Amino acid sequence: MIAVLRATKRYGAITALEDVSLEARRGTTHVLLGSSGSGKSTLLRAILGLVPLDAGDVVVDGLPVTPASRRRLVGQVGYVVQEGGLYPHLTARDNVALPADAVGWPRPRTAERLDALTALVGLDEGALGRYPSQLSGGQRQRVGLMRALVLDPPLLLLDEPLAALDPIVRADLQGELRRLFAALGKTVLLVTHDVREAVLLGATITLLHRGRVVQQGAFADLARRPAQPFVSEFLGAQAPPPELRELL
Amino acid sequence: MRSGLPLILAAALGLVVPAGAAPAEVVGVGSKSFTESYLLAEIAAQVLETAGEARVERRLGLGGTGITFRAVAHGSIDLYPEYTGTLARAILKDAAATSVPAIRARLQPLGLTVSDPLGFDNTYALGVREDLARRLGLRRISDLRDHPGLTAAFSSGFLEREDGWPGLRRHYGLALGDVRAIEHALAYQALASGRVDVIDIFSTDGRLTRPGIVVLEDDRDFFPAYAAVLLVRLEFTERFPRSWAALRAAMVGRIDQGTMARLNAAADLDGRSVREVAADFLGAPAAGDDGTLLARELARLTVEHLILVAVAVATATLVGIPLGILAARSTSLGQLELMAVGALQTVPALALLCFMIPLLGIGTVPSLVALFLYALLPIVRATYTGLATLDGRLLEIAGVLGLDGWRRLLRIELPLASISILAGVKTSAILTVGTATLAAFIGGGGYGTLIVRGLALDDVGTILAGAVPAAVMALLFHGLFELVDRLLVPRGLRLTLARPA
Repeated sequence: MIAVLRATKRYGAITALEDVSLEARRGTTHVLLGSSGSGKSTLLRAILGLVPLDAGDVVVDGLPVTPASRRRLVGQVGYVVQEGGLYPHLTARDNVALPADAVGWPRPRTAERLDALTALVGLDEGALGRYPSQLSGGQRQRVGLMRALVLDPPLLLLDEPLAALDPIVRADLQGELRRLFAALGKTVLLVTHDVREAVLLGATITLLHRGRVVQQGAFADLARRPAQPFVSEFLGAQAPPPELRELL
Repeated sequence: MRSGLPLILAAALGLVVPAGAAPAEVVGVGSKSFTESYLLAEIAAQVLETAGEARVERRLGLGGTGITFRAVAHGSIDLYPEYTGTLARAILKDAAATSVPAIRARLQPLGLTVSDPLGFDNTYALGVREDLARRLGLRRISDLRDHPGLTAAFSSGFLEREDGWPGLRRHYGLALGDVRAIEHALAYQALASGRVDVIDIFSTDGRLTRPGIVVLEDDRDFFPAYAAVLLVRLEFTERFPRSWAALRAAMVGRIDQGTMARLNAAADLDGRSVREVAADFLGAPAAGDDGTLLARELARLTVEHLILVAVAVATATLVGIPLGILAARSTSLGQLELMAVGALQTVPALALLCFMIPLLGIGTVPSLVALFLYALLPIVRATYTGLATLDGRLLEIAGVLGLDGWRRLLRIELPLASISILAGVKTSAILTVGTATLAAFIGGGGYGTLIVRGLALDDVGTILAGAVPAAVMALLFHGLFELVDRLLVPRGLRLTLARPA
């Protein structure tokens, strides 16, 4: 379980987070929704202990996380970023094996895990031997996801994982992620600006705007009972125009 | 990167060991970097070889008086040709100590002594065109007082030194209308073409053996005596008495003004090799023909040069990469360190080499230390820049994946920065091939030996014989590093570069 309690973070005069609290329940997917600059990536990095908070706490599985104690999250949290965040000097296979090497898994165990994950995320076998620059965007994202899952962590944090992909691949992968999250039963925290992705994947949503929480709840709550006019405005801005809705 | 460096170092050390193993009985003969000094030192070297008491090591063409005197004072060489006037004024700083006994007394506490004069003076003199001298009846310097309309061109040293033009003008009460500075090598042409009437010359200059120029007599004894002598270590005279006796027998009182001028002319004007001219003087056949001698020398210099570059760059790499890592890790310490390494680069190479002599003597070791210090900056900077400009997101992810500290450095940071680091090592190696030519000034050997000799003898061929191989070596190093890049830069990174996003 991940909980953030009254988190505040400032960069000089800029407020990145102001009194933000949220809770992601075990085994569910929680979406952090907001436009760029809303503070959602900062919040994710604070949960990983990569950013020190000015005030407030992050609690993961009952224990507080700070930059000093972040090492205890190794193996507990998988992390996926835009484009996969792969190392260009390592093959896809070596990228995926990196966390297993770091904790000293024996080779056969890593190889076995790689086989299982390749099947799970639907990556072609051949792609594992290639370097990131030789992979398609979708393949890179699948490899990034495999790397996050290698140690089978109970928590999964994803920061705009599909933002750099073209619409068809993105829609495709959104469907796959939904299937995966349901099958794996992990606690997932997903950062996105895409309303469709939030609806499709999130059991609960936190809408952030300029570092503050605007509304939290299921999508239906946000759509039907907007806490502020901004909620409707944000959701409506990404709805297809009436002309398109008619044609579809 | 981890596998490549020890290899380079091992190769470099492999070359050093056999070169360092030399017999104990060695006499080092040095010279300054001008023709006359080369010739006298070569004559001494050949006399010593004939005496056969010890192996002769030639350290010819060391820089100026400062470097050469330090070399003999610290025992890096045993002897070199010097002049009484230089000893008195520049070394002992006592203008009164001009006589040989006085100089000997002053040198004794330093463990040095001088031979009796070799027989000629190399002093400043004034020269005028022969036809002009005949027409105006010029024979002595005081004759110039009657012709204030003459034009003069003096080398910049003569123009400024108290024992040059300023003192001369006062001593004789001269007033020439037009006095300007000229590069010494061009003065003779200027005189011959009639553009100037009076120039300063050295009294043993080879050009004085040719018609067209008259030396004016120093009728009021202004110019100090610069009698040529051999400056030797006392220790040498005690250990090799037979060699010392042979040197004095062959050289003391044997070389008069005219002889020295003829020897200088043979080397400077006729383009004969120093070895040959020296052998002629001693009435001995020159050892071997010049072609094979030069080929053999070039081979030796190539090995010396390679060792200088390889050892200096290898150690600079071993020290520079950790320094670069340190600089990237700690901002304040890093800036301090980069400034210090940068400041080293601003010390002129020749000055740095000169500073090394009191600490390390002359030869290979001080050259290596100086070259190492120069090789450091590109490597430290490139390592620092390579690490400091890495994608911060990729480093953050490493922490989340459980790679911290050393493991992150070795598996992620250094491989990602490898292109930049190798570029720094490459730049350093190519620069060092050039800088290493300066090592010749302190007897470090290498291609610079030929360049220094060529400059001294005004012989473009000899300069090119050193400069061209150095340029070729720089190109070869460039090619070598293209291969090293292939081996050490991870394939995935090269692919990323090959197809820009």
